[in-house]
Amino acid sequence: METIRHRPHPSDSCWDADTNMPSQEQACFAEHLCGMSRRRFVQAALSLPVLMALPACGSDKPGPAKVARTFFSSAEQRFIEAAVARLIPGDRDSPGAIEANVPFFIDLQLAGPYGRADRRYMEGPWASGTEQQGYQLKETPAQLYRKAIADIDDYCRKQFDGKVYAALTQEQQDRLLHDMDDNKIELRDFPAQAFFEVLWQNTQEGFLSDPMYGGNRNFAGWKLIGFPGPRYNYVAEITQYGKPYPLPPVGIMGRDGTRMRVEV
Amino acid sequence: MHTLKFLWIPMASALAFLGCGIAHSQGNDFNNIQRGRYLAQAGDCISCHTVKGGKPFAGGYPVETPFGTIYSSNITPDVVTGIGNWTGDDFYRSMHSGRRKDGQYLYPACPYPWFTKMTREDINDLKAYLDTLEPVRAIPPENDLIWPLGWRQFMAGWNLLFFDEGEYTPRQDESMTWNRGAYLVNGVGHCAACHTPKNVLGASDKDKALQGGDAGEGWFAPSLTGHERDGLGSWTIKDIAQYLKTGANKDTASTGPMTEVVMNSTQHLSDADLAAVATYLKSIPAHQAPTTAPEDIDDQAMARGKGLYVDQCIGCHMADGKGQDEAFPPLAGSPPIQAENAQTLIQVVLAGDHMADPPSLPTGLAMPAFDWKLNDQQVADVLTYVRNSWGNRAPPVSANDVAEVRKDVHKYGPRFKRMITHALP
Amino acid sequence: MATTLKPVDVVLVGFGWTASIIAQELTEEGLQVLALERGVDRATVPDFATTHIQDELKYAVRNGLFQAPVRETLSFRNTRSQTALPMRQLGSFRPGAGVGGAGVHWNGQTWRFLPDDFVLRSHTEQRYGADFIPEDLTIQDWGITYDDLEPCYDRFEYLCGVSGAAANVAGERRKHGNPFEGDRSRDYPLPPLDRSAGSLMFDKAARELGYHPFAAPAANTSRPYRNPLGVQMGQCTYCGFCEWFGCGNNSKASPQSTILPVLLKKDNFSYRTGCDVTRVLLDNTGNKAKGVMYRDLEGREFEQPSELVILCAFAHHNVHLLLLSGIGRPYDPVTGTGVTGRNYAYQITSSVEVFVDELMNPYMGAGALGQAIDDFNTDNFDHGPEGFIGGGYIALWTTGGRPILQHHLPKEAPKWGEGWKKSMAENYLKSASISTHGSVASHREAYLDLDPTYKDIYGNPMLRLTFDFHENDYKMSDFLTGKAESIGKAMKPRAMNVKKRKPPYSIVPYQTTHNTGGAVMGDDPRTSVVNRYLQTWDVPNVFVVGACNFPQNAGYNPTGTVGALAFWAADAIRKMYLKNPGPLVRI
Repeated sequence: METIRHRPHPSDSCWDADTNMPSQEQACFAEHLCGMSRRRFVQAALSLPVLMALPACGSDKPGPAKVARTFFSSAEQRFIEAAVARLIPGDRDSPGAIEANVPFFIDLQLAGPYGRADRRYMEGPWASGTEQQGYQLKETPAQLYRKAIADIDDYCRKQFDGKVYAALTQEQQDRLLHDMDDNKIELRDFPAQAFFEVLWQNTQEGFLSDPMYGGNRNFAGWKLIGFPGPRYNYVAEITQYGKPYPLPPVGIMGRDGTRMRVEV
Repeated sequence: MHTLKFLWIPMASALAFLGCGIAHSQGNDFNNIQRGRYLAQAGDCISCHTVKGGKPFAGGYPVETPFGTIYSSNITPDVVTGIGNWTGDDFYRSMHSGRRKDGQYLYPACPYPWFTKMTREDINDLKAYLDTLEPVRAIPPENDLIWPLGWRQFMAGWNLLFFDEGEYTPRQDESMTWNRGAYLVNGVGHCAACHTPKNVLGASDKDKALQGGDAGEGWFAPSLTGHERDGLGSWTIKDIAQYLKTGANKDTASTGPMTEVVMNSTQHLSDADLAAVATYLKSIPAHQAPTTAPEDIDDQAMARGKGLYVDQCIGCHMADGKGQDEAFPPLAGSPPIQAENAQTLIQVVLAGDHMADPPSLPTGLAMPAFDWKLNDQQVADVLTYVRNSWGNRAPPVSANDVAEVRKDVHKYGPRFKRMITHALP
Repeated sequence: MATTLKPVDVVLVGFGWTASIIAQELTEEGLQVLALERGVDRATVPDFATTHIQDELKYAVRNGLFQAPVRETLSFRNTRSQTALPMRQLGSFRPGAGVGGAGVHWNGQTWRFLPDDFVLRSHTEQRYGADFIPEDLTIQDWGITYDDLEPCYDRFEYLCGVSGAAANVAGERRKHGNPFEGDRSRDYPLPPLDRSAGSLMFDKAARELGYHPFAAPAANTSRPYRNPLGVQMGQCTYCGFCEWFGCGNNSKASPQSTILPVLLKKDNFSYRTGCDVTRVLLDNTGNKAKGVMYRDLEGREFEQPSELVILCAFAHHNVHLLLLSGIGRPYDPVTGTGVTGRNYAYQITSSVEVFVDELMNPYMGAGALGQAIDDFNTDNFDHGPEGFIGGGYIALWTTGGRPILQHHLPKEAPKWGEGWKKSMAENYLKSASISTHGSVASHREAYLDLDPTYKDIYGNPMLRLTFDFHENDYKMSDFLTGKAESIGKAMKPRAMNVKKRKPPYSIVPYQTTHNTGGAVMGDDPRTSVVNRYLQTWDVPNVFVVGACNFPQNAGYNPTGTVGALAFWAADAIRKMYLKNPGPLVRI
């Protein structure tokens, strides 16, 4: 696990669009992760929360890493990729959500304690309440995504001749994001805005959290804004008013912006 | 007559330095027991004769040697499994000559080559104290030695080659304080058992006294000679005394097994005894340590190490390597950082450590573990960097060095978690 | 069937700031003291280690160190006409959990209340007339004075190694510091933290307007420090991960970094974690506590007998326990009678974000690194023309620049998309926020009681919060916001967002964890739950300590006063109660 060897990205044939077979995906993922045995990752993914340190792949290329999914179906994955690409657009020169691996981040988050709303109070009775009384939906984040994406894609099929969200033009996709935010789209079980808020929040998290969680790949988000990461001492610098900080960004797992440590 | 006078002085000084402020009354039981208790602290008997969570002095502690594992014996006064039926002579013979009551040889895992220097009186007092302990019926596990070393008769040969039996003889040309220090360090304190290198047969290399040695389980006990970098050369007597009393001084904090020594032993020594130990240690001339030339240090490693230092270490050890006054120890100019053998440093970086927390310095500040964050090369680089920055100079550390210690960390777990923290009964 | 355990002399509910201070004091008397903590055990290493603690997602976004609503929460409504609903996820406030409590994850902003705060009602009536106070405000005097508490403030500040420079020391007026602060016996133990770019900018602007800016007092050490217990603290290195995080180099004051190394070594002190106290057990008379009932993580019940019971849990948890145990008559807002749950208050805040051309490096910060003015707090200005009571400080805090939650964008910035990205790149390093931190007056309709519908995990009625800020406080807050706006303008920013506090109060966005009241202290049993020594009127061997004792909240962060009250109560117990157990105040 100490050797850092670069591996090529898996070919598209790893991606089974229709069957979504976990073991196959995990195997592909394990291929992608340098020096890691297949079995260890599968164990980690399928067992109860396990902290695992995934070694870096040593790639400096800012291109999107194709990685397997733990939570999203392939259809949901396509939706998420399309949506976050509009929420934080980007390209090779100015990385956005895709280059930063935000879909991968969200996927892992939804598969874990956040997605399950482990900390949330989930007893009834349930009532919608006032805006001031906060979130009163029964849906965990994971359920919210599942339902919302299904409903929105249904809506899109009806509105756009059978095309799902991911197949629309960028303008259409942007319009729909605004419509979600303004509650102009009817979802079955909850307001569209409730989903939009969570999606936007998670997208920002994926863009700006420590790369150890799978997003902010190569410090894309931090480099954009100028946040150097978790260093523990600015005693010399804090009184050097107006001087830019000279060191490159660092994450909890070091200066390799692809090195992860994730609880699944 | 003048011959009697001649003898009187060494005897007087012998008695005097043993007395050293402690009430000395022949046959006064309470005082003997108190003196014995003090000696048990000075000798840190409890750390080897107690398992974590077990009853004090009931034995069973695994002492790892290159020859296998030896389990310490039960020295509570239990008559069946302890030393309850040992006479004063029996006990003296074990401490002085390395022989059990039944005549069998002890293994020098129990450092009788050092205890041999103790006076009969001290050993009597120690026994008086041990006799007051709660008797515990406990049989330690069987020793697990490489065949055929389980046959104790081998020790006869070993003793012949390496064991200098005999009580300490004070040196006339040195002060009482110095002699007291020498007596403590080389006798009951048995510092050399860790701090002197051993030969392949496990005997201390007398030519290299206190030049640094194996403290067991992947820990290195650094040199105590007068070497400026790799020894006590830059410390005053006060610095040494403060270190032993509190576990920390201006330059460093104790780590691993030495923290256990401070907590169970040296923090309890009187100020006079601490000064004596320090006086003696300060008199040891610097040893010949290999000098590291600048060419020996790889620039790339230093560059990598610097980056790692800034990223990982400056929250406590600060950008200038000077640490935080009386809180986090400095690295700049610190002798233990420049020890020839970097094992101890690697241990601390990988598994973290906790400072000693005696009442005089109660906080127990701690360093976290980095083993999950840094790979072997990274640990090696950052240590090479701190060992060769800010005026420091010491041999570089390799990824291999780190890998070896990492094995020990995995095998034994963090040392501070295994520390015996019994208060002496 | 509950298991009855061996009795102790003192049982403390909770193991945060107040319990740690009180335990340290009472163990000095040789008493057997036991603390029962609901949450987990925590130590600086490994739990707050520098190696992993600067993780915004885990600790600030996913609430790693706070109580989880799944195990403990309350129900909320703005007014009695609504049905309270559970607070299902944390928002407006984030109570702590685990050993050290919120003392682990606070910022370290450490204030003394002003002398006038302790006599708010009588002072206001005297200066402005009784009619000046709206009829439905239930503000009242504390029953103690600032002078009573001054030595306790001093002890807490020296325990923590507070960094600051005081203006009024032993009758002497000094050039720096807060000129409005009450007189103090000696200066802060450590000099102020270094000033950030933001604090200098605020200082200049505030001075230009004729105000009196000063370095806010900080329980982040500016130097390595040994406190009076002999505990070593490190030096703050401005890592910018203070609030929501544990401190990795022992420079933020917490029970762990100031008291526990000494307390935990005492033979007569013990603590248990994973123990949820559900009742204070009273004898048949209802006037004496026998001990407490608690549940462990498996839900098994235990009776812990003790001579003295001290509630040291987070403010409103104490009130919940009092209500469940039947101590003090529950407050009824309809009749205005009863005391337990009465006079809940909070903190009213607002902010002004400024966008400048200078590089601010916001990620270099400390929890209490701030420049503040107190010109508009308590009664430091003439309220006559303004028509409200109360006030607050205005400060520019540079606590950090954590990317997800601490970035500021001008209000014109698009919410998402390319424009958002551009705005983030342009503004993250060149922005700062001025905040106002205002008092909250207690009123008839702000209170805590037991929810009729929702239950906690043991089937007990959940605590219910009914609260909105009073009109008085919105008015006062707008006033402060206006002042903050003028300071912002004086910085000559290229853009500015003025974010007023708008009604009604919402439980959703984070504001402060300064929940106060519900077990108010005073000299009248009709309007207080505890007397001036924090001893309950009804059950003399039960004390309640915390921000729950505040009759209303002042315009400062509460922890300084909470720490002082803990010393105050401990002193009363040591010097008076232990010698003569029984009511310390006789009516």
